[in-house]
Amino acid sequence: MKFQKKFGQTKPRVPTASLPDIIFMMLLFFMVTTTIKVFDVKVRYILPEAAAIEKIENKRLISYIWVGKDGRIQIDDNIVQLDDIIDIMYRKRQENPNVIVSLRIDRDSKMGIVIDIQQRLRKADALRINYSTLQKL
Amino acid sequence: MFRRRKRAEAEIPSASMADIAFELMIFFLVATTFDVDTGIGLVLPPAAETTEQVKVKQSDIAKLLVNAAGEVLLDGELITVQQIRELIKNKIKANPKLIVSIKTDRETNYSRYIEVLDELKLAYNDLREEYSLKTFGKSYKDLTRDQQEEVKKEIPIRISIAEPEEVK
Repeated sequence: MKFQKKFGQTKPRVPTASLPDIIFMMLLFFMVTTTIKVFDVKVRYILPEAAAIEKIENKRLISYIWVGKDGRIQIDDNIVQLDDIIDIMYRKRQENPNVIVSLRIDRDSKMGIVIDIQQRLRKADALRINYSTLQKL
Repeated sequence: MFRRRKRAEAEIPSASMADIAFELMIFFLVATTFDVDTGIGLVLPPAAETTEQVKVKQSDIAKLLVNAAGEVLLDGELITVQQIRELIKNKIKANPKLIVSIKTDRETNYSRYIEVLDELKLAYNDLREEYSLKTFGKSYKDLTRDQQEEVKKEIPIRISIAEPEEVK
């Protein structure tokens, strides 16, 4: 009788009081790392496919140009004319000298428009480009 | 007699707090789109007026022409897209200073151009792989960043976009 167990009277429990804090911390992490920058794409396009593709490491450097099936060109949120590209890209390059221009061009486009855009990018001195493609399986 | 009854301390039940937080987190997890931009990178030549013309020996240039019908001509010879990889690889092995110049017609299909560019990149990737296996005994993707840079320096991608004839 003397040697009564001291412990084991109460059920052992994992303290869950700090669980919400842990979850909130994870939540904050996701909220901070998420870059919500969705463009309203107004042109319809299907990207071509390629096998030897690489990822662009720094997403913040990218500026997009879309070219749709109908040949319309979109930069940021606006449909632009071919000759506007020089000014727009020049301004972008001043803000961010290392800008990478990602060209999201429809697979059925003709090279004519691609050449025209490239010539204007060269004039604007935005020389780093990336032909956006899907992974060929 | 009228002793005030002792009130229980007011408390917000926090047992479900974790569930609420979980739900929020699931929402963010689902809503987040990690759309990584993938593609074929290239550096355009500077505008023609601003730079002086650099003379390159004719023998150091491989001319790749894609015409309106999607046919590929390498130095004037008609080849298929699948042949590009091997032919270019052999050419670069024979002459490491080789510059591949791509020229397209205005009517060429964009997807055909990407196919050709893809084959070229594959050829360069093969060469880099071979080089890293030979010098480091490891696959290119298993190398450290510095080693990868070294391989890149050793086998640079020299793709040139030829000056187009007509621009709108």
